[in-house]
Amino acid sequence: MSTDSAMRTVSQLFSSRRPLPFPLGRPTWPSTVPYPPKREKLGTHYDTAWARRYPVRAARAAYTELVTRPVMAAVARPRTEGLERFDRLQGPVIFAANHASHLDAPLILSALPDRWQHRVVTLAAADYFFNSRLRAAYFAFAINALPIERTKVSRSSTEQASALLEDGWNLLIFPEGGRSPDGWGQQHRGGAAWLAARSGRPVVPVHVQGTWRLLPRGSKRPYFGTTKVTFGAPIAPTEPVRSLVGTIEDALAALADEAASDWWSARLRAARGETPPLRGPEASGWRRAWALGPSPKDRARRRAERSERWPRGS
Amino acid sequence: MLEVDRSTPPALIWHGEGWRLERLPPERSRIVYAPEPLPPLADPDAAIREALLSPLGDCPPLPALLRPGMRLTIAFDDLSLPLPPMKRPDNRQRVIEAVLDMAAAAGVDDVTLVAALGLHRRMTEAELRHALGDRVYDAFAPQGRLLQHDAEDPDGLVLVGRTDHGEEVEVNRRVAESDLLVYVNINLVAMDGGHKSTSTGLMSYRSVRHHHNVRTLAHSRSLMDQPRSELHSSAWRIGRLLGEHIKVFQVETTLNNDAFPPQLAFLQKREWEWGLRDRASFVAASQGLQLLTERSRRSLFQSILAPHQMTSVQAGEVEAVHASTIANLHRQQLVDVEGQTDVVIFGLPHVGPYNVGSIMNPLLVMCLGLGYFFNMYIGKPLVRPGGVVILSHPTPWAFHPVHHPSYIDFFEEVLAATTDPAEIEKTYEERFATDPWYRHLYRTSYAYHGVHPFYMWYWGVHALEHAASTVVVGGDRRAVRRMGFKPASTLADALEMAEDQVGRSPTVTYFRCPPLMLANVH
Repeated sequence: MSTDSAMRTVSQLFSSRRPLPFPLGRPTWPSTVPYPPKREKLGTHYDTAWARRYPVRAARAAYTELVTRPVMAAVARPRTEGLERFDRLQGPVIFAANHASHLDAPLILSALPDRWQHRVVTLAAADYFFNSRLRAAYFAFAINALPIERTKVSRSSTEQASALLEDGWNLLIFPEGGRSPDGWGQQHRGGAAWLAARSGRPVVPVHVQGTWRLLPRGSKRPYFGTTKVTFGAPIAPTEPVRSLVGTIEDALAALADEAASDWWSARLRAARGETPPLRGPEASGWRRAWALGPSPKDRARRRAERSERWPRGS
Repeated sequence: MLEVDRSTPPALIWHGEGWRLERLPPERSRIVYAPEPLPPLADPDAAIREALLSPLGDCPPLPALLRPGMRLTIAFDDLSLPLPPMKRPDNRQRVIEAVLDMAAAAGVDDVTLVAALGLHRRMTEAELRHALGDRVYDAFAPQGRLLQHDAEDPDGLVLVGRTDHGEEVEVNRRVAESDLLVYVNINLVAMDGGHKSTSTGLMSYRSVRHHHNVRTLAHSRSLMDQPRSELHSSAWRIGRLLGEHIKVFQVETTLNNDAFPPQLAFLQKREWEWGLRDRASFVAASQGLQLLTERSRRSLFQSILAPHQMTSVQAGEVEAVHASTIANLHRQQLVDVEGQTDVVIFGLPHVGPYNVGSIMNPLLVMCLGLGYFFNMYIGKPLVRPGGVVILSHPTPWAFHPVHHPSYIDFFEEVLAATTDPAEIEKTYEERFATDPWYRHLYRTSYAYHGVHPFYMWYWGVHALEHAASTVVVGGDRRAVRRMGFKPASTLADALEMAEDQVGRSPTVTYFRCPPLMLANVH
């Protein structure tokens, strides 16, 4: 037999391979029996309770210290502001942060004081972070993620989040509901305010600056650079949910201003009602993009910027 | 119920201590599957207490019936129930402990426990401990207050009267002389319980023969449908007469269908639902069993304990309790089946009521197949009159010499002469029933009563009259022929043989039991 015909026989063997007969193989399904509804185990149905058990919490603490924090320090070189506000803070609280990049959650978690860091559940989009078993397990473990529906109100998700608050867990929520598509902030949704009003727990605004430039939406690998995490003063949920949404958004805008300048100047601008809006200028698309400066995806320009720096190699 | 078509996977058919996977003829076969196990009672002990305190029918709560100085007897079902034996704690243990708690609180000193054996073999210490729990056993057995009913003890029986049908009611003396009898029942099938408990379990051969005979069994359509069962009618008459002489407080419990431990979960599932684990367990178990000797295979199967759990408990007046029990039992076991077929297939498992810890001999195969499985219906049998019954079991020519001595002689001597139940009853029954050696073994050893093999044969009389023939697949040919049945090597052969009887392309019903179920045939 020539080599060619031998190869053909082997390939035919594999291509015409039949499934193993029952019981070695799967049984056939009788045509008269309707298939049972598939039990959904992913998305909002993913059970993350295992990730809050003590052994997993201990493993996550080790992972945060040994992996997340060093990686964030290397990639994002974060500067943290407002930590003194934790001295007068009683948990559990809801951390509400702006969202521009996948780096936001690990950056905030690694910036939190130890006492808070290990008791935070991150609310994450069920359709993105929990769409495969491996991915769901990783995010449940690494950032203690809890799946939430971002396109509609899901009773089970919100009730689970409320229960976790009552159980003493802090929540990290991105009220924008997803990463910024263009680097500017988006309209806030009501989830954080609703949970705060329902539980009576305060909302702590958290502003993250610079992550969009390091890992913007659509980018596969991060750039190295500097970031700043600013924790704001807690907001008590004493007003109706609708106005609380605006209050949280305003507080984040003031924090962004504070991060860009200093606390006093930002306070003065806030008092005059001149805080720059988080959502950027109300102008045409190109002007909004222009106002952000060079695109973070423009690698050639970045390289050029680096080479222009003096002294070289800094 | 599943209508078999070409996409249906092969069906698991019980075959003694093993299984066969068989394809049934498509488009003319159907498989009757047992319902899913019902959720058990959340707190069975609390439910038992509640049942004892809120009895059904015209009956005061149990504590109101208890007083110091009274004679209290607690009778309980023997080892024939449940099947397979259940994991500890057994329902009997739970109920008896609750009754004893109340008796102790009421200051009742004279309490005796009686195993309601009827004509069954005595229970061993291990079996009693399993059923009652160590606490009860250790409190009563050393003091001689744990008795096993002896249906042949001349000093231990009392004739309390005759029914209007002339049926003698001869009952255990301790029971007859008690102020209160509490009967603790496990109702595995609809045949159990009610007045049948006392009129079978606590009576003598003289009484039992009135309802265990060819006439009553031929007119029990079916044994699982008490209003249409002549056996039960007789038992009810006897039980009612007993109730005129002694106060009976009945406690009946039902179990769910959870019959096999997790390692054998595939036995609980329909074949198309078998996942990788089930298929791996099936293959491993089937291959492993082939490496074992017959004896070790039997020991292995006899060691299976069912994770049965209690689904209901009811207590009080016998008939009110039994009506509620039957409703609960139907809730678990009833399956609606449309019409009869030409052929019915029963795969027989390793254990029946009379071979717990023993050998399933040919007579027990006949009793399980034609007696029990055939009678698991309400309305009409699964097979049409003149149809064919196919049994699947190795049917070994083997008998347990300690448990079934009279079976050996029945098989060797009686069946060699005739298989006609009426002829057997007329010619041989009395001789076996009064044989002093069998009586001695029944009373002092662990043997079934001398008449017991006759009852096994009578149990199948309705099926023998109804079906044209019985084919046994994979059985010992000599043993099968001795019983007047036809042996077949494979199911395909058996179906071919059935065609000779019922015509080409017969319709087929496969009754996939266990887990237990009751066909409601319309």
